[in-house]
Amino acid sequence: MSPTILFIVLITLSVCGYYLGRSKVIGMVSGHARDLHSRPNYYGFYLAIWCAVPAVIVSVAWLTLQPLIAENLVIGALPAELQKLPADRLGLLINDIHNLADGNIVSRNANPEMVGAAEQLNRLRSIGNHALFVTALVIAIVCGAYARSRMTPLLRARNSVERAVRIFLIACSLIAIVTTIGIVLSLVFESIRFFGKVSVVEFLFGTQWSPQTALRKDQVGATGAFGAIPLIVGTLLVTFIAVLVALPIGLFSAIYLSEYASRRVRATVKPLLEILAGIPTVVYGFFAALTVAPYLRELGNALGLDVASESALAAGLVIGIMIIPVISSLSDDVINSVPQSLRDGSYALGATRSETVKKVILPAALPGIFAAFLLAVSRAIGETMIVVMAAGLAANLTANPFEAVTTVTVQIVTLLVGDQEFDSAKTLAAFALGLLLFCITLGVNIVALHVVRKYREQYD
Amino acid sequence: MTDISKSASVPETRKAEMKNSTDARLKRRYAAERRFRLYGVLAIVLAMSALFWLLASITATGYQAFVQTYIKINVHFDAQVIDPKGTGAEETLKRADYASLYKQAIRARFAEVRNRRDRRDLTRLISSGADLQLRDIVLSDPAVIGQRRDVWLVASDEVDQFAKGSYDRDSPEANRPFKNKHIAWYDKLVAAGELEKKFNFPFFTSGTSREPELAGIWGAIAGSFWTMLITLVLSFPVGVAAAIYLQEFAPKNRWTDIIEVNINNLAAVPSIVFGLLGLAVFLNFFGMPRSAPVVGGMVLALMTLPTIIIATRAALSAVPPSIREAALGVGASRQQMVMHHVLPLALPGILTGTIIGMARALGETAPLLMIGMVAFIVDVPDGPMSPATVLPVQIFLWSDLPERAFVERTSAAILVLLGFLIMMNAVAIYLRKKFERRW
Repeated sequence: MSPTILFIVLITLSVCGYYLGRSKVIGMVSGHARDLHSRPNYYGFYLAIWCAVPAVIVSVAWLTLQPLIAENLVIGALPAELQKLPADRLGLLINDIHNLADGNIVSRNANPEMVGAAEQLNRLRSIGNHALFVTALVIAIVCGAYARSRMTPLLRARNSVERAVRIFLIACSLIAIVTTIGIVLSLVFESIRFFGKVSVVEFLFGTQWSPQTALRKDQVGATGAFGAIPLIVGTLLVTFIAVLVALPIGLFSAIYLSEYASRRVRATVKPLLEILAGIPTVVYGFFAALTVAPYLRELGNALGLDVASESALAAGLVIGIMIIPVISSLSDDVINSVPQSLRDGSYALGATRSETVKKVILPAALPGIFAAFLLAVSRAIGETMIVVMAAGLAANLTANPFEAVTTVTVQIVTLLVGDQEFDSAKTLAAFALGLLLFCITLGVNIVALHVVRKYREQYD
Repeated sequence: MTDISKSASVPETRKAEMKNSTDARLKRRYAAERRFRLYGVLAIVLAMSALFWLLASITATGYQAFVQTYIKINVHFDAQVIDPKGTGAEETLKRADYASLYKQAIRARFAEVRNRRDRRDLTRLISSGADLQLRDIVLSDPAVIGQRRDVWLVASDEVDQFAKGSYDRDSPEANRPFKNKHIAWYDKLVAAGELEKKFNFPFFTSGTSREPELAGIWGAIAGSFWTMLITLVLSFPVGVAAAIYLQEFAPKNRWTDIIEVNINNLAAVPSIVFGLLGLAVFLNFFGMPRSAPVVGGMVLALMTLPTIIIATRAALSAVPPSIREAALGVGASRQQMVMHHVLPLALPGILTGTIIGMARALGETAPLLMIGMVAFIVDVPDGPMSPATVLPVQIFLWSDLPERAFVERTSAAILVLLGFLIMMNAVAIYLRKKFERRW
């Protein structure tokens, strides 16, 4: 009796409910639909909703609570000396019992207690699933019967159904809020735990980043230093290079496309530019690591420069290519929204096209272009795969674009990929970095939106 | 008037001077105009050449992975090795030592090689996964036991790379892993027509592997499929419903304002932050399985949601008020008006936005790294709960491996991924072109 089967049964029931409700109410008025308050299918929906929704809500609640209750029962049945284990050891044991119950590979030799516990867990699960099946079915039928008993031609079925639909719509639009709250809460809580181990001041102003924590007490050089300054500087360096590449290219493409290009050129070049935005970042990363970085290295050698093979320049350059379309298409929109009358006025005074662009159009479009620039910056700061694949891991505090630097996102990935215990300062540091990243990009975005709203020219 | 009379009284020489300076200034202005225009062309050329450089470098390395070198070997399916007791039981057939069969066969092919070391190197011409190939032959047709058959076996990646011209045969022997004796054997096989490049079907039908010549993308594609399915099922209804509420029903007050600002901000949150959310909430709080497409799909659904909401709102607002008024005028309720009239008309726009959002989700890597979809998983996932990886993550994993053959396969996987993306975008453009209405 898996949950899947249960949901299929519930759906079938509610489909039956739809037809039952419809046919009942049509029978009541002997086929004269105009005697009904609502159109007949609303009565069907009314019954179907009563059949499905309460049962589904109960099932979902049950399925979330069941594992917790089953686990507590299993722990309660374990021998006393196992129950007294410290929390983390007990957690591992429970994990093993779960694996044993699922028939997976277990990390230790199973002793009889564990086998017993696993069997008990399986028993509890099967009892729980069966009980859920019966409960959900009973609820569905009882609620359906209740709805059916209320069915009269004068029942305001449409209003009820519309109220239910409205609640569903509101719930869906709240998910966006819940997501934001989830992001903030998860980042803040883990960060608070991190700041319990490492002080905020050290994190924000420390210039040393070496997140290895000591395996042994007396280990050399592995005390773990969590100063985020080198990461922030690295991120800013890469972002600066990226913007240096993308801003002129993006802006001039936008100007050319909107002011100079013929319709045909525009129709071919604009989609091609947008392809750049559609290419997955992992592809850019591969390109940066495999083609651009070696190329820059050789170029540097030829010029007598010492370019690291994981230089900030390569990563920044490729991120720059990636954000060209962000700048170009947003600027293009803004430039196009500058009214033609301004252009005509400028031409009438004898200005050339470039003078019109420089003296009239760009000033008018500046807030929008600035917003595009900020959005591109926030994309570059948050970009992960390109820097993971093409930038370095060592935290150098440098402003030299030819050296390897590391960024906030690279460190988040390296700290969290692979298996480690979740409580160490090392893993928690990733969440503190995530919070930092979230705050920076949020700040940049809010400034961008604010600029657009405040300085937008109204021409109508 | 006075100005004109004054200028009229300017002497002829002064007039010519002025004309000269005006000409010079005009010249400068036109030069500036041309320069400015040139900058624009230059910018576009630079952007286009970056795109071209990227696609060309990936295609140039990737296209070769679509063919694979095979070696024809006369294998004796020795009953003594496969099934000494003659039981014919499937379990016995599955466990037999097939590796010894192809090793024997290639040694028999080059009977003149006597040196122990060379004989060992000889077996390395053939992929170490060839035993599975032989096993599949026997399992599908047990009658082959005891007979001799010509079989095309996958060549090792060294042979494959040499056949594709990655190693220069004139370079010093120490510089290449493919030594002179290998080249001699290779030439002999080629001369006998026993070495051929064929279309690389296994690349599309098998999971990943430690051996580059056996690694395929089917496991990753299946993982991507399950992940995308979950993403679509979650984000499409929720996104459309949220957009309908915000666009059609929501009162204009502070709450809906907050939701709007919030959605715009969510659209710009770095994707890795969604990965952190998934790790902290779905994995650690709710205890969902690591590496499962269901969790990946949920994270990507949250990430895609703002895109779908924004696209749906744009599509809904493009439906003209006259349609709404007509529906309300004949007595429809507001929900009936939206569900029966506005939504169907907005559907092409909504679908286009959804496809573009899904295409972005398909190429997303970073958040999936956070929730453990980076494990080395050979098996092809058979559902949203089984451990899996996705195509972009597979690309990331392969890109880290040093073998040349993996570089080639990474590029080929990228080509496949880009192919999917182009297909999705083409469908979106087609939908837009076909159903677009100007009111």
